[in-house]
Amino acid sequence: MLVDILITLLKIFFILGVTVGFFAPILTWVERKQSAIMQDRIGANRADILGFRALGLFHCIADALKMFTKEDFIPRGANKILHTLSPIVAVIPAIVTFAVVPFGGEYNLFGKQVNLVISDLDVGILFVFAVASLATYGYVVAGWSSNNNWSLLGSMRTASQMVSYEVTMGLTIIGVLMVYGTMRLTEIGAAQENFFNWGIFLQPLGFFMFLTAAIAENKRIPFDNPEAESELVAGYFTEYSGLKFGMFFMAEFIEMVTIAALVTILFFGGWQIPFVSTESITSLFDFLGTTASNAIAMLIHVGVFFGKVVFFIWFQMTIRWTLPRFRYDQIMNLGWKILLPLSLINVLVTGAVILARS
Amino acid sequence: MELLIFYPIAALAVVLALFVVFNKSPIGSAVSLIGLMLCLAGVFIGLSAHFVAILQVIIYAGAIMVLFMFVIMLLNLKDDDNVIWKSREGNTLLTVLTGFLVLGILYKIISITLSADSSKPAKIMESFGTTAEVGKSLFTTYVLPFEVASILLLVAMVGALVLAKTKID
Repeated sequence: MLVDILITLLKIFFILGVTVGFFAPILTWVERKQSAIMQDRIGANRADILGFRALGLFHCIADALKMFTKEDFIPRGANKILHTLSPIVAVIPAIVTFAVVPFGGEYNLFGKQVNLVISDLDVGILFVFAVASLATYGYVVAGWSSNNNWSLLGSMRTASQMVSYEVTMGLTIIGVLMVYGTMRLTEIGAAQENFFNWGIFLQPLGFFMFLTAAIAENKRIPFDNPEAESELVAGYFTEYSGLKFGMFFMAEFIEMVTIAALVTILFFGGWQIPFVSTESITSLFDFLGTTASNAIAMLIHVGVFFGKVVFFIWFQMTIRWTLPRFRYDQIMNLGWKILLPLSLINVLVTGAVILARS
Repeated sequence: MELLIFYPIAALAVVLALFVVFNKSPIGSAVSLIGLMLCLAGVFIGLSAHFVAILQVIIYAGAIMVLFMFVIMLLNLKDDDNVIWKSREGNTLLTVLTGFLVLGILYKIISITLSADSSKPAKIMESFGTTAEVGKSLFTTYVLPFEVASILLLVAMVGALVLAKTKID
């Protein structure tokens, strides 16, 4: 009992450390560097400690310091409680999502089966959707409580955009659930041990639609109408400063990691390595004993999982710095007139294929 | 142990429900309603109906309330003390009928609760409340009510579209 609690706590600290402690700050630097490379600039490299620049990595620290020390401003006429609450509501769901995302398989360590997921819920992927749909309120209420017309317009765009793309996202997932016959993300990951069972081969259309809808949910360029700088100043967070703005900022980057992790686990085999089964790794290191060989397999799998996650983060950033912002009506047309019918057809075709094969 | 979780959640749900009614600002009411939905989801989890709880969050707290908020913002309803809510003329009959309906439902709930044997907990299957189990009973035992409900929703959707379309044209 005590050991189980300890293991769960370790997993929680690991996930928190990786997402909030590592990815969120590092990604601010990566985004700057990538935009610099793509636009042929040298990029963020001014921050230095004693003349030592470390490729501009100190900008992460500078950013954090800046956000902590800036004045926390609440505009006149704003609803103080909701104005303070909404950035928290925006950032917490992004982190909580990771509770059901497995970052490795099941390993026998010291005679104990350790499952590398914080909570293996029966409703699995639905939990992700439930939590993600709550994040919407953070953005919607933020704009309303700011007592600012730009903010209000931004949050109205957020509400309509997130509701539209949630529908597509849910319907794309149904295809994946039908193929694997389970909602547990651990079982979906385990079912992809065979390379040709990967979601990308079984649900190719589903992958593209899921990624599109997910980026739209995250409100990044090309779907960043809710915060369109050239139209709405900064959209829903116009009136936010200091750490409250930092929370919105952080939520966006953590959501990027979440999307990458979900795409990895649903469509790209999660922690699995193509043509290399868990048994082959453990049997290769069998001379070290069960625990040691399992631990090696675990380390390799976690490494592979986060390697794939990093790849998809890079992929999202490339999209962000390649495409211009869509117009509002284009976003709505894409969501309701193209993606929604396509995802319905996808469900239909998947069902027909499953029926024909059984 | 279960009561330790149930009572705080239930009490919070009641308080939030009161907030929904007595809050002056529409958005405040909407936010309280979201909190209320989340509390109900908590109660469902206490009854080991995980799937229903998650659906409660996704559909009611997640999707429907976002639309409520969207409408409130679109109409830009602000806290206004000048608005006095009056019941419409000629609605007395409807009000009385609705009151009787609610009384009937309350009577039914109370009579079921009183007749239930609460001395020992009811036996439930190991798989109770899982997605597979809910899906099975929806598509076998309760397939008719399920289909009727979905057709009702479809009709409502088509109706809303027709109403909106005639306005636009």
